[in-house]
Amino acid sequence: MESSPSPRTGRRHSLLRTAAVTLSLATTAVLAGCASADTTTDSSSGQSAFKPAAQKEGSRITVWADSTRLPSVQAYQKSHPDVKMKIVTYDGGADGSTYLQSKVQLFDRTGSGWPDVVFGAPTDVTWASEATKPGGQPFAAPLDAKLVPRSTLDGFAKGSLTPCEFNGHTYCMRNDIAQVLLWYNKPLMDNWGYKVPTTWQEYEALGEQVAKDHPGYLVGSVGDTNSHESYFWSGQCPAFNLVKPDTLRTDLRDPKCTRMAKLLDNLISAKAVATQGFFSQGFAKNSGSKVLMAYGPSWYGQYLFKAGFKTPAKQIAAAPPLAWKGESTTATGNVGGGVWMVSSHSANLKASTGLVTWLTTSDENQATAPTYPAYAQAAKAWLANPANRDYFANDVSKPFEQAANEVWTGWSNTRFSDSTAWSSVVLPALTAGKSLTETLPAWQQEIAGEAKTQGYKVVDQ
Amino acid sequence: MTLLETERVIVAPSRRGTTPRREGRGRGGAGYFFVAGYALLLLAFGVFPTGYAFYLAFTNDRGQFTGLNQFVKVIQDYRFAPAFTHMLIYLVMWLVTLVVLVVLTAVILRSRVRPGTSALFRFLYYIPGALAGVASVLVWLFMLDPDVSPVSWLLTSMGLKTFAAVLAPGNLPLILMLIAFWTGAGGWMVVMYGALNNIPDEVLEAARMDGAGPWQTAWHIQIPMIRQWITYMTIMAFATGTQLFVEPQLLQTASLGRVSPTWSPNQLAYVYAFQQGDFNGAAAISVVLLAVGLLAAALLVARSNLFTLDEK
Repeated sequence: MESSPSPRTGRRHSLLRTAAVTLSLATTAVLAGCASADTTTDSSSGQSAFKPAAQKEGSRITVWADSTRLPSVQAYQKSHPDVKMKIVTYDGGADGSTYLQSKVQLFDRTGSGWPDVVFGAPTDVTWASEATKPGGQPFAAPLDAKLVPRSTLDGFAKGSLTPCEFNGHTYCMRNDIAQVLLWYNKPLMDNWGYKVPTTWQEYEALGEQVAKDHPGYLVGSVGDTNSHESYFWSGQCPAFNLVKPDTLRTDLRDPKCTRMAKLLDNLISAKAVATQGFFSQGFAKNSGSKVLMAYGPSWYGQYLFKAGFKTPAKQIAAAPPLAWKGESTTATGNVGGGVWMVSSHSANLKASTGLVTWLTTSDENQATAPTYPAYAQAAKAWLANPANRDYFANDVSKPFEQAANEVWTGWSNTRFSDSTAWSSVVLPALTAGKSLTETLPAWQQEIAGEAKTQGYKVVDQ
Repeated sequence: MTLLETERVIVAPSRRGTTPRREGRGRGGAGYFFVAGYALLLLAFGVFPTGYAFYLAFTNDRGQFTGLNQFVKVIQDYRFAPAFTHMLIYLVMWLVTLVVLVVLTAVILRSRVRPGTSALFRFLYYIPGALAGVASVLVWLFMLDPDVSPVSWLLTSMGLKTFAAVLAPGNLPLILMLIAFWTGAGGWMVVMYGALNNIPDEVLEAARMDGAGPWQTAWHIQIPMIRQWITYMTIMAFATGTQLFVEPQLLQTASLGRVSPTWSPNQLAYVYAFQQGDFNGAAAISVVLLAVGLLAAALLVARSNLFTLDEK
């Protein structure tokens, strides 16, 4: 082969050239005349009339619930033995898990296997209310279309069904809300002669005072996956604001965001607000007894102070959400709060809807529920239950009810979790010693990036 | 070790001319039968999915041909470049550490340690590899959390007081490299030891006679003679390295989201498929990974003559 190089090489060159030309021509042709790589975004399919699957009276329904709501489902099974049920425990969409979404994607592909009733996070409704493939049917059944009476839906706390509403339909029933309010340790506050703050300015001033008088004590933490919902949602920061169904406004340079960031930066540098999360490893052991105040959701009482920090009863008290001095309207945030959805593929919509209605609205279930009910009537029963109030040092009913009606609706339920950007971009920066104010641009960039990959148009004004 | 010995057993008789028996009757019948099981599984779970991935990567969810548009789309994704950069940094650290430490350890175990002790160490090194990937990550979650770690003094002396500080974005390649090395290196040490065993004693003795010390023997005789095994290890380690998924995914969950859910390319493909419902985009990423893996393998094979039969 190497003995006669010249003709071979020449031929090889021309061959190479031909190949190159062919390849580049092919590439151009391929690039020019082909279809778009975008996935079908078929938001109109939600509007087309909902076609239920063939109904089979009395057929068995499959229920997916998280471990916290499992006892409720089991209680229903016990009191309604005629309903055939299969109960499955799963993570319930906690901490941004996408287990349910992954599974439904696969069920949509195989055309079977969907559970009839699921407990999930509000984010789950965003994809469940849309078809995952062209011509498909959204996973969640529109409950307002003949399944649940209007009067029942109207009985939920103001704004609590907003995350369920898409294309003019209601796709879920809210199980609980997690309205944000101010928690404090009453004996400590009384002993040290501090007044419970009612405005953010007072909160900041008190935090600086505490740092001076009692170093090591904390008035809050920003280090959890959901801390931004406690602070920035309450501060009405337009971080996740859907101005139109497909247009997301994220503007972290808005004064409502920067003033909250500045306030927190001051308290962080004074060491009155921790950058380590309340729920992070070791916090309860090392600093749990040093939490003077916390700004967070209604479930902090039972799940953070009682179960996590093991604070003795009659110490922790709740106060209404903080306002900004000089502003008339108070707004607060919301940290979680699950929803129940009924599958549009269910062969027994009657039993499925019956279960979901009982779970979300009945006093029988909700009075003893682990978290604050979204259904207003059930919330009254919940607050009347001694088990839900005896732990606290004050009467929490007033602050709870007030906060439940003040949840700001400008923080939209988007197709992506609002926690990802906060925990993977902002929190590591805070841990590395950066300030919140200087991290806001990176946070905004990450939100905008996520939103674009989910098909949103992003505006920052 | 076992691989090499088996090879010798199988190859040697056929070279000595005992082949007529094999060629005579039933050539293949039983052979095909034994190969069939693997071949079927390979077709079902290896070849078919790869073909399907190619089909998906060049079409959209309406089944239309998209040419290279899927690739253009995923490459322009703002998470694509960071994910591949993370993978690249991790790969370089992991491959260099693997090759250097594994070969060094194997040489020491072969030449400088008494056989009994050497066997014990090989066994000890191998144990972590027997744990499944998930279990080994869980072990490391304890090791890296200053609150529960048995070596928390080491972490705190490096200024890492919380788990969150340990998992700072800049530390991740190092952490993942440690996990990968801890689980994967032991197995390779055993293999390398076997490869060193295969070097005839006469060769080593000749080197000694010529005045080569242990390090000269290692550098000039032993390592060149197991070069193909080192290449083989590099190719395999490269392939597993590009498929990094379980470790960062678990760190992401365990750190309550402080690690990006799209840290590695495989995770990005997972997010594409199961959160965005874009199986075609996910397939495009997997095809890119396949291309990278094949390219690296081809390069290494060509440079090292891995598949050239040596005439001993």
